[in-house]
Amino acid sequence: MADNILTITIGAILVNNFVLAKFLGICPFLGVSKKTKTALGMSGAVVFVMTLSSLVTSVIYKYILSKTFMVAGTEVNLTFLKILVFIVVIASLVQLVEIILQKFSPPLYKALGIFLPLITTNCAVLGAAELSVQAGYGVLESTIFGFCSALGFALALILFSSLREKLDLAQVPVPLQGTAIGLITAGILAMVFMGFSGLV
Amino acid sequence: MTIILTSLVFASLLGAILALIIGTAAKAFAVESDPRIETVTDMLPGANCGGCGYAGCADFAKAVVEGAAMPSGCPVAPASDSARIAEYLGITSEEKEKMVAVVRCSGTISTTVRSPYNGIQDCRSAVLVAGGAKGCDYGCLGLASCARACPFNAIEIRDGLAVVHPELCVGCGKCVDVCPKDLIVLVPASVEVHVYCNSPEKGAVKRKVCKTACIACRKCIKAADNEDQMIVKGFLVETNYDNPPLPDLVEKAACPTTALRLASKHAAGEYEGVSK
Repeated sequence: MADNILTITIGAILVNNFVLAKFLGICPFLGVSKKTKTALGMSGAVVFVMTLSSLVTSVIYKYILSKTFMVAGTEVNLTFLKILVFIVVIASLVQLVEIILQKFSPPLYKALGIFLPLITTNCAVLGAAELSVQAGYGVLESTIFGFCSALGFALALILFSSLREKLDLAQVPVPLQGTAIGLITAGILAMVFMGFSGLV
Repeated sequence: MTIILTSLVFASLLGAILALIIGTAAKAFAVESDPRIETVTDMLPGANCGGCGYAGCADFAKAVVEGAAMPSGCPVAPASDSARIAEYLGITSEEKEKMVAVVRCSGTISTTVRSPYNGIQDCRSAVLVAGGAKGCDYGCLGLASCARACPFNAIEIRDGLAVVHPELCVGCGKCVDVCPKDLIVLVPASVEVHVYCNSPEKGAVKRKVCKTACIACRKCIKAADNEDQMIVKGFLVETNYDNPPLPDLVEKAACPTTALRLASKHAAGEYEGVSK
C-alpha cells in the first residue's frame, strides 16, 4: 500500500506531469503564467479543487456509477454517464466551496476567489477524476492522485511563470516576442521533464 | 428503454439535488455587503493602479464608504468625479491638487553615452553593472523600468530617455518607486517649468558627459520675476514648486544648455537637437 502511494506521488508530480507530459490544463498554464504572484494563486486554487473533486468523484464512482442495479427486471449500469456526472458534480462542488469560503474565510476567498470559477470545468480537474477511474484507484488513492497531480500542475506553472518573468526582460527577436517564445519555453520545459520518465 | 429512462431520471435527480444544495447554501451563507461600495467602485476609474495606497479600486471604495479614506485620495479620478462620490455619500471631500511625474533628466543617447550595454533590459539590472551605460552617473538609463510600471502608458522612451506625457500621467507614483536613480518626482500639474537635470556634480564635470546638463549658471534665476522662483542647490537649480515661475521664464532665461524646459514641449520632443 505505502509502496503504491509513493509510486502514485512521484508518478503524478514528476513523471506523468499533467501539464508537461499529459498536456492537460494548458489553458491556465499559458494564461495565468505571466506573473509568479498570480501563478501562485492559481496553483493554490487548483490544488484545493483537484484534491476535493478527486475525493468526491471517486466516492460517487465507487458507490453509484460502477454498481449494477436491477430496475424493472433489467440490469442497469450507469458507468457511461461518468463524464457527465463528474463535470456537473465538480462544477457544483466548486460553487459550493466558493460560497462557503466567502462566508467563513474572507482572506482565503480573496486569495483564491477569482481563480476558483476559472477552473471548475478545467480539463486537468476532470482528467484527474477520469484517470484515477481508469487506473482503478480506490478512494484514498484517488484523493492522493488528485492532490499530487495538482502539485505537479503547480510546479510546472510556477517554474514556467518564473521563466516568463525573466523572458520579459530579455532581448527576444521581434517575431518570437510574447506567446511565441512562451510556447518554445514550454516545449523545452516539457523536454526537461522527459528526463524523469525512467523513475517509475 | 429501461436504460434510457433510468439515466434520464438519474441525471435529473442529480441536477435537482445539486441545485437544491447550492441554492440552500447561497441563502444560508449569503454575505451581507454594503451596496454603496459597488456604486462607488463603479464611479471610480477602475484602473486598479494602487496609487491611492489600497489594493485596487474596490478596496479603495470600501475604505471611502467606511470613512477611512477621502474620495479625493484617488489620484486618477478628476476632481469632478471625487466630488460626485462625496455628494453620493453625503460627505465633504477636500480638494487635492493633481500631480504629475517628471523625469529630471534630458540626456538622450545622442547627447550622453559611455559604453554599450547588452544585459537584461531593465534599469534596475543595468544599474548593478557600474551604474549603467550612461556617461552621467545620475542620468536616466532609458531601459523602460518606469514605462513598464506605468499603468497608463504615460511614459515614452525616446532616444534612450524616459519622457513623461503630462496629459496622460495621473500621478499615481508607480514610476517613482521603480526608478533606481531616483530621477522621477511628483510635482503639481499646474507647474510647467522644470529643470531636466539631477546631477549634483560640478558644471564642468557634467558638461563633459552631457550636453544638456544644468550648469547652475543662474541665468534663469536672474530672468525670473521673483528670485524665489528658482532655487540653487549646490551645482543644480530647481524649480520652487511652492512659488512656481510662469511658463514664459523658459524663453526669457534662454538656458544655454536647454536643461530648463517646458513640460509640454519636452514631451512633444521640441528640444531635441537644439543643444549645442
